[in-house]
Amino acid sequence: MDVLVPLPVALPLLAAAALAAVGPFVPAWFGDFVAGLVSAAVTVVGVVLLTRTGAHDLVYWFGGWRPSHGVALGIAFDVDGAGAALAALAAFLMTATVVFSWRYFDETGPLFYVLLLVFLGSVEGFALSGDLFNLFVFLELMTVAAIALTGYGDEPGPLQGALNFGIVNGFGAFFLLFGIGLLYGRTGALNLAQIGQALSGHRADGLVLVAFLLVTAGFLVKAGVAPFHFWLADAYAVAPAPVCVLYSGVMSDLGLHAVAKVYWPAFSGPLGTHETALRAILVTLGIASALLGGAMAFLQRDLKRMLAFVTIGQIGIALVGIGLLTARSLAGTTLYVVSDGLVRGSLLLVVGVLVRRLRTGDELRARGRGLPASGIVFAAGALAIAGLPPAGSFFGRALIVEGATGGYRWLPIALTVSSILSGAALLRAAGRISLGWGSDEEPVLGEEHPAEEEEPPHPPRGSLVVMIGAAAALLVVGVGLPAWPGLPGKAEAAALRSLDRPAHAAEVLEGRPPPHEPTSAPSPSTTSIVASLASAAGAVGLAALALFGGLGVLRRAPIRRLKALHSGIVTDYVTWLTVGTAALGAVFVLTLR
Amino acid sequence: MSYLPYALAVWLLVVGLYGVVTSRHLVHLVVCLTVCQSSTYVLLLAIGYRKHATAPIFKGIPLGTKATDPVVQALTLTDVVVSVAVLALLLAVAVQVHEREGTLDPEEIPAVRG
Repeated sequence: MDVLVPLPVALPLLAAAALAAVGPFVPAWFGDFVAGLVSAAVTVVGVVLLTRTGAHDLVYWFGGWRPSHGVALGIAFDVDGAGAALAALAAFLMTATVVFSWRYFDETGPLFYVLLLVFLGSVEGFALSGDLFNLFVFLELMTVAAIALTGYGDEPGPLQGALNFGIVNGFGAFFLLFGIGLLYGRTGALNLAQIGQALSGHRADGLVLVAFLLVTAGFLVKAGVAPFHFWLADAYAVAPAPVCVLYSGVMSDLGLHAVAKVYWPAFSGPLGTHETALRAILVTLGIASALLGGAMAFLQRDLKRMLAFVTIGQIGIALVGIGLLTARSLAGTTLYVVSDGLVRGSLLLVVGVLVRRLRTGDELRARGRGLPASGIVFAAGALAIAGLPPAGSFFGRALIVEGATGGYRWLPIALTVSSILSGAALLRAAGRISLGWGSDEEPVLGEEHPAEEEEPPHPPRGSLVVMIGAAAALLVVGVGLPAWPGLPGKAEAAALRSLDRPAHAAEVLEGRPPPHEPTSAPSPSTTSIVASLASAAGAVGLAALALFGGLGVLRRAPIRRLKALHSGIVTDYVTWLTVGTAALGAVFVLTLR
Repeated sequence: MSYLPYALAVWLLVVGLYGVVTSRHLVHLVVCLTVCQSSTYVLLLAIGYRKHATAPIFKGIPLGTKATDPVVQALTLTDVVVSVAVLALLLAVAVQVHEREGTLDPEEIPAVRG
């Protein structure tokens, strides 16, 4: 079944090229049709790959250039459980996006779908690649398609989001490439497993640390982890809602997944002796992102921007899961990222419905004008974000916390605070828009988004059934994910295999099957269930407080300063990127040598 | 092998970063971005360089002749192609910004804040 592995990349790219060629000669529906068909096909391939990665990775060498004597000249796709899951997630979200776009845009040329297909192809390649340089190429291809998609507004909004996106991500990519160059100079390899073999058995010297720093920083920019997150919120505010679904559900998740994907095969050898220090660094970064994302989400009035900060917060929680460096947490992270990505996608599609029907995505302006169906889906999604059992995100977060080793007993508190803030922000918006609760004046939340335009006298009517249907489908799959038979156990087995570097290297480079490790299906403890119920209740309480008590108490200097940091000026963002990378590098040098 | 090319690569990266951070014009900013990108070309080519070695074209030369590393040259070429695409898109967006807002100063472009 090896032949399936390159299909998720080949199909969309070929379809994109063909569609671009015939674009001017075909009817308008043809673009939707082809993109929908290809995304659905890739989803099926992704799920099939996922079911086949149960006991071993799928390693595919392009052109049959298999490694000999441990030297890989060829280029490999190395599909593990998490990679296949993310590939399936990306294609599924893309399918929902295409279905939604069919009714969302008044008119789209075929080029919009060409861009979507290129984005899908690069995302799939990024999820499946086992070769460091190809990760870079797919990352850049993803950026190129995404800049164009961000600027593809049908509304005359500021283009500054697209610019900030391109420039900051450009720097992320340079850092990554610089790191790749250093690694190649040291090891003479680009295959992740082979790099790991060459580095293992040596101490982490300056060059390895700088390479690790640059590669990690490059991926963290893509993931939108603080302090590299500034571009993300700007890009969301400008991009059309269906495109935001792909950013939130796919791009951030993949950037984060890449950190795990590169750390264990390539760097866990030399850095393994400093696990405690590395754990502290990554968990600190994750917690900072989680709290900042939650707090900033609570201070937004533009729904897309709010969801951007929710994404930053949730990605922070996922980074904690990776940073704990245990198999249980990593398994939890995979489940969390996939189910949460689906829920966030669903929420963004509901925002798309509101933008389409009300001509505004602004919480205060839309007060009391919401549609019942969209309100129900939005509130349910908000509760899932807050961690209400039995949603998939609850399940994943519980496993992340349970995978924590000693010394991180306070972890659930920090993660719960972040979830409460994110959930409360969304519930507050749902209450205000659908039920008309609260006031429509809230100076703390700031000025109205400059992209808002005057309402036309007769709001255009998109097809609600199709649009809400797509949102509800994402939500149901996201919430019900842990119910997929055997999925939690499978995630844990895949995580255990990723952590076993020598066995993974032997599997990739010599084709030796990995040892079978008996795993039990993990399930959340009673403590986690109680904590999550408390988190959901806290979110509801905080939302009610915000709606009926007002937000006047938040008019404080620290909060104003926090908001002022997100200045929208790209040169500031690059400064943050530089300073953040330098600080991270200083910490690495002090603690990881 | 001298350290000069590596120092040059780092210098280009730092200078480009400085240019971007202090830029008051989008076209200038995007050009500084390409200066940063050039640092990766220099780095990659320096890694593959070998003294007294020929170009990696293995035709008509005796077996065992020293040649520079062809892999990094392929990487550089890919990198150039990718950067052209990014550059073109960013400049296109800059043109759009100028048409709509009449300014190219990053601090004056209307932005989403807070």
